[in-house]
Order: sequence, then C-alpha cells, then structure tokens
Amino acid sequence: MKLLYFAWLREKAGLSQEDVTPPDTVATVADLIEWQIGRGGGYTEAFSDEAMVRVAVNQEYVGVDHPVAAGDEIAFFPPVTGG
Amino acid sequence: MIRVQAEDFDVGRELEKLSDGNLDVGGVSCFVGLVRDMAGDKPIETMTLEHYPEMTEKALAEIEAEARSRWPLADTLIIHRYGELAPGDRIVLVAAASAHRQAAIEAAHFLIDWLKTKAPFWKREVTPDGGQWVDARSSDDAAAERWIEK
Repeated sequence: MKLLYFAWLREKAGLSQEDVTPPDTVATVADLIEWQIGRGGGYTEAFSDEAMVRVAVNQEYVGVDHPVAAGDEIAFFPPVTGG
Repeated sequence: MIRVQAEDFDVGRELEKLSDGNLDVGGVSCFVGLVRDMAGDKPIETMTLEHYPEMTEKALAEIEAEARSRWPLADTLIIHRYGELAPGDRIVLVAAASAHRQAAIEAAHFLIDWLKTKAPFWKREVTPDGGQWVDARSSDDAAAERWIEK
C-alpha cells in the first residue's frame, strides 16, 4: 500500500510518501496506526497523538474501523486549515 | 467550477464570468479569504499552503455538488491557492450565482464553511520566531456544524 503524509505528520515521519507491506494482521486503519507507532523514531512521534491524526483511504475521509488493503492509497494528516 | 492554483486571481473578472450570458442570474454572492499580517502578536512574514492534490479536487467537487443540491444555483466557483503567500495575498474565492439573493448568499456561506473543515489544505506561518503549522479552530467546526441537515 502507498502511504502519504502531510503537514507536520510529514515533517515528523521524515518523508512525504512510501510504499509499505505491513503484516497480514493489519486489516484496519486502527491496526495500521498501531503498526506505525511500533515502527519507532519519527513514526512513533507522528502518531503519538492519535486524536490529531486524520485519515483518508483512496482520497476519502474514513474512520479508524475502515479496512485497508494492498493497493490502497492511505493518507495521514492533521485537521485541515485551508480557506 | 473548481480551480486549485498557485497563481493569484482577479475577483472582479471571476465574478463577471459567473453570470456572463446568463440573464436568469439575479445575484452573485462571494467570500474572499486573505492572508492576515499577524499570528497572535507576531508579524507574519510568509504563509505556505500545502495540499493533497488528488484529494483536494475530489473534496471540493463534493462540496460544490452538495451546495448545488441544497440551493437553486445557476453556477458556483471555488478557487483556492497553494504555495507561498504573503500578508494581503488572496487565498480563496468562493462564489454562488442564483436567481435570488438568499440562495446565493447562503450557498457562498456554506461553501466557505465546509471548505474550511473538509478540503485538505494546511497552513504554515513563518514569523520572526520561526515556522509553525496553524492549528485547526473549533470555531470552524462549529461553523460547519450548523449546515448539517438534521
């Protein structure tokens, strides 16, 4: 799956996008966030305040129960501040 | 129509185009968002807008479609800039054209309120103290909340 990071999540993670293959046990957005926290370093820091992380799967906002699968584009970002 | 661009835009010209050749339009309402010069008590040197291009277009199209389903609109326009801006620069223009003022005014208000909480843009301000990502405001959530149909 392709992961994208924006704003301060991008800065903390240290990259704007990457392709990853998490273990099969990662089935939902919540699982993926937990896996990210376990990766250590900037990832742990980026996801430490889960309430500040918004998620889009294939460019649509989703909740943490949403499934994730190989081939998905999953974006992580803080609450939006445009306009 | 939706445009996401780095370049500035001409508000007068954009509003004219919205009703050009359509004599059913009785009113055009708009909101223009600008970069302020202060972040609290710190002067802003630059403001940079980051966005998620693939999702931005989709999110703005959904917001526009929602407005057009709620009000009888002849046309709508959303222009949002990205990249580095300075105080006084235009950031965003939303506009709605309709036969009557109420639909135009309400739709323009709705467009900016929903855009602020749904379109994937992020502002980063640079002041003499350094750079800082702008925090989302709960007042923006409250403003969007009032348009949720109950």
